[in-house]
Amino acid sequence: MTDLSANQPRRGAPAGRTGGSLYATDARTRRRNAAEKRFRLYGMVAVAIGVAFVIALLSVILLNGTGAFQQSFVTAPVYLDPAKLDKKGARDIEDIKKVSTFGYSPLIDEALQTMLAERGIDSTFEKPKEYRALLSASAAAQVRDYVIANPGRIGETVEFRLLASSRVDGYLKGRVTRDSIARDKNISAAHLDLADAMVAAGMLRKGFNWAFITGADASESRPEQAGMGVSMLGSLFMMLVVLGLSLPIGVAASIYLEEFAPKNRFTDLIEVNISNLAAVPSIVFGILGLAVFIQFAHLPQSAPLVGGLVLTLMTLPTIIISTRAALKAVPPSIRDAALGVGASKMQSVFHHVLPLAMPGILTGTIIGLAQALGETAPLLLIGMVGYIASNYPQGIGSGFLDPNSAMPAQIYEWAKRADPAYYERAWGGIIILLLFLMTMNIIAILLRRRFERRW
Amino acid sequence: MNDMRILERSVGIKEVKISARGCQVYYGDNHAIKDVDIDIEDKTVTAFIGPSGCGKSTFLRCLNRMNDTIDIARVEGTILLDGEDIYDPKVDPVQLRAKVGMVFQKPNPFPKSIYDNIAYGPRIHGLARNKADLDEIVEKSLRRGAIWDEVKDRLDAPGTGLSGGQQQRLCIARAIATEPEVLLMDEPCSALDPIATAQVEELIDELRESYSVVIVTHSMQQAARVSQKTAFFHLGHLVEYGETGHIFTNPSDPRTESYITGRIG
Repeated sequence: MTDLSANQPRRGAPAGRTGGSLYATDARTRRRNAAEKRFRLYGMVAVAIGVAFVIALLSVILLNGTGAFQQSFVTAPVYLDPAKLDKKGARDIEDIKKVSTFGYSPLIDEALQTMLAERGIDSTFEKPKEYRALLSASAAAQVRDYVIANPGRIGETVEFRLLASSRVDGYLKGRVTRDSIARDKNISAAHLDLADAMVAAGMLRKGFNWAFITGADASESRPEQAGMGVSMLGSLFMMLVVLGLSLPIGVAASIYLEEFAPKNRFTDLIEVNISNLAAVPSIVFGILGLAVFIQFAHLPQSAPLVGGLVLTLMTLPTIIISTRAALKAVPPSIRDAALGVGASKMQSVFHHVLPLAMPGILTGTIIGLAQALGETAPLLLIGMVGYIASNYPQGIGSGFLDPNSAMPAQIYEWAKRADPAYYERAWGGIIILLLFLMTMNIIAILLRRRFERRW
Repeated sequence: MNDMRILERSVGIKEVKISARGCQVYYGDNHAIKDVDIDIEDKTVTAFIGPSGCGKSTFLRCLNRMNDTIDIARVEGTILLDGEDIYDPKVDPVQLRAKVGMVFQKPNPFPKSIYDNIAYGPRIHGLARNKADLDEIVEKSLRRGAIWDEVKDRLDAPGTGLSGGQQQRLCIARAIATEPEVLLMDEPCSALDPIATAQVEELIDELRESYSVVIVTHSMQQAARVSQKTAFFHLGHLVEYGETGHIFTNPSDPRTESYITGRIG
C-alpha cells in the first residue's frame, strides 16, 4: 500500500501488466506458477525417495531377519541307557553328573539310527556317529540336562525335541544348498538327502524359535542355539541405570538453567557446551568411560553398570536440551499467574511449569533412551561386546555388575562371525531391536498426545 | 467521545496506600520510568493511562516487584506500601505479592480445575485450616469475582474451558482469594468483548469497597468509567495525576489534552 506506483503500469513493464483480461494469465504469473509447480515436484520426489528407502530397509530387514525366528527341530525318542549313564546303578546324582556330553552323544546317534530304520528310511551311513551332523552340538547337552534334572527316567525312552544343526536348518530355510555345501566338511549331500526324507516323515520340522528371544549367545560353532535374551537383559539393566541417572540429573540441570540460573557469560558457556556435547561422537564418550569408570574408578569391565554410566553421559545433553525446550514452551503467563498470587519461584516451577512441561520432558527422555538403546560404539570400548553372556544374571546385583552384552553389541558380534547362520541371526536381532525402539517411540508419541491439550 | 460517561463520585480524603518517590526503572540501558512520584489511595480505583510503551505497565509491575523476574530490569527510588519500603532488602517479594495481587492482560487461569485455580493461593499461604475453610474461601472469592453463579455447578471443570470474560473474572477471583490489600490490573479487559468488559468493570467498581485497585488501560473511556483517580504517563514520565473527572475534562498539561483528544498515542 505504501508504494502506489507499483500498481500502475510503468514504462518497460511486461505487457501483461497493462490492463488485459483476468482470464488470460500473463507471462510473469505463468512463470511463478511454473516455479511453484516445480518446487512441489521436487518436494514430492524427495518424499518419495525417503519413503522408498524406508520401504527398502524394512523389506530387507524382514526378508533377512524373519528366518531367525524359526528353527528346525528333530523330534526323536532317545533311550536313556542305564549302562552308559549310570554304571553303578545307584542313581546317585554325583555319579550321573560324571558322565559328560560325550557319553550322551552315542545314545542320540543310535536313537536317530534306530528311528530312521523303523521308518524305513535308508541311509548310506555306516557308523551311527555320522548322523551327528544332522543335530546341533547342543543336543547332547540338552539330553544331559534333562537326565540330571530327572534321574528317575534313566532306563526309559524319552521323546526329545532336539535342535537340528545350523546346516540342516539352513537347508530347510533355503540358506544352504547342495551347491554351497560342496566344500563344506561339516555336512554332506547324503545328510541333506536324509534331511529331506526326515521332513517327509515328519521327524524334522520348523517351529517358532523362542530360544532366539529368550536364550543366551552361543559359541561360534552353534549358531542354532544363539539367542538375544541375555543381551536384552544387559540392555535392560543399562537402560535402568540411564533412566535412573539421566532423568533426575538432566531435569534438575535444565530446571536450574532455565528457571533459576542468572543469565551471564558463565551460564552461556555452559549452554553452548551442552549443545556441543550433544554432537560429540559416541565413541568419545566410550573412551572417556574406559578411562574414568574402568581405569580410574576400577568398576568392573563389560558391566551394564559401566555401560549405563557411559550412555548416561551421552543421553544427558539430549535430555537437557529437550527438557529446556519443553520448559521454554510453557507460556510465561502461567509463571506470572503463579507469582502473581504469591507463589515462590520454586512453587511456580514445581506446581505449574513442570507439570505442563512433563509430556515434553518424557518424550525427550524416551527419545534419549531409545538413542542410548541403539548405541554400540561406546560399548565396544568398555568391553560390552564379544562372546560374553552365557547365562542369565543371578540377581539384580549381578545383573548390573556381571559381564554382559547389549542388544546392538550382540548384533554387531553376530554380524562379525563367519557362519552365515549368524548373519541371519544378526538380522533377526535387528528386528527385535527395532521393535523395542518403535515401542519406545510410540510410547513417546502417545504421551505427547495424551498430555498435549492442557492449555 | 460521545459515549463517554464520567461518573461523578464522592471522593473524600483517603488514606495513602502506596507512595512512590523518585522511582526510576531501567531495562538495561533503556530508561523506562523517569522519576515518578505518586500517591495511590486506599479504597480507590486508580487508572494509569497513556500511549503504548509509555511505561504504565512497567510502573504497575514495580508495585508488586514483578519486575524482579526480568533480569535486566533495575528499579531505583522508593516505593512505600503502608509506609514500608517494598524494595528493602528485608522484604521477601513472595510475601509482598500476597499483599499486592495482580491480574494480567491475557486471562491466564492455571490449566487446572476452577476450584484449584482459586484454592491455589490460599493453599500456599496457609489461609485455610481444613477443607471446609477452603471451600468457603473458594465460594466467597468466586462470588466476589461475580462468577459464582456461572461456575458453581462445575467447579471441577478446567478453568481453561471457560470463555475469555469468565476466565478473566476467574483470574480476578483467584487474585482476591489470597486476600490482598492492593489489586493491580494490567489491561484486564484488552482481550475481552464489550459485554465481558462491562461485567469486569462492574466488578472492579465493587472491589473498590475493600481494596485499592490500580488499573492500567488503553481505553480512556474505561478509565473514565471505572476510576476515581487517573495518572497519565508519557515517555516514561508521569505527566499528570489527579481526579479522573478533572483529567478528562480539564487537563492542565497540554500533552494530556493531546492524548485524551486523540492527537497523540
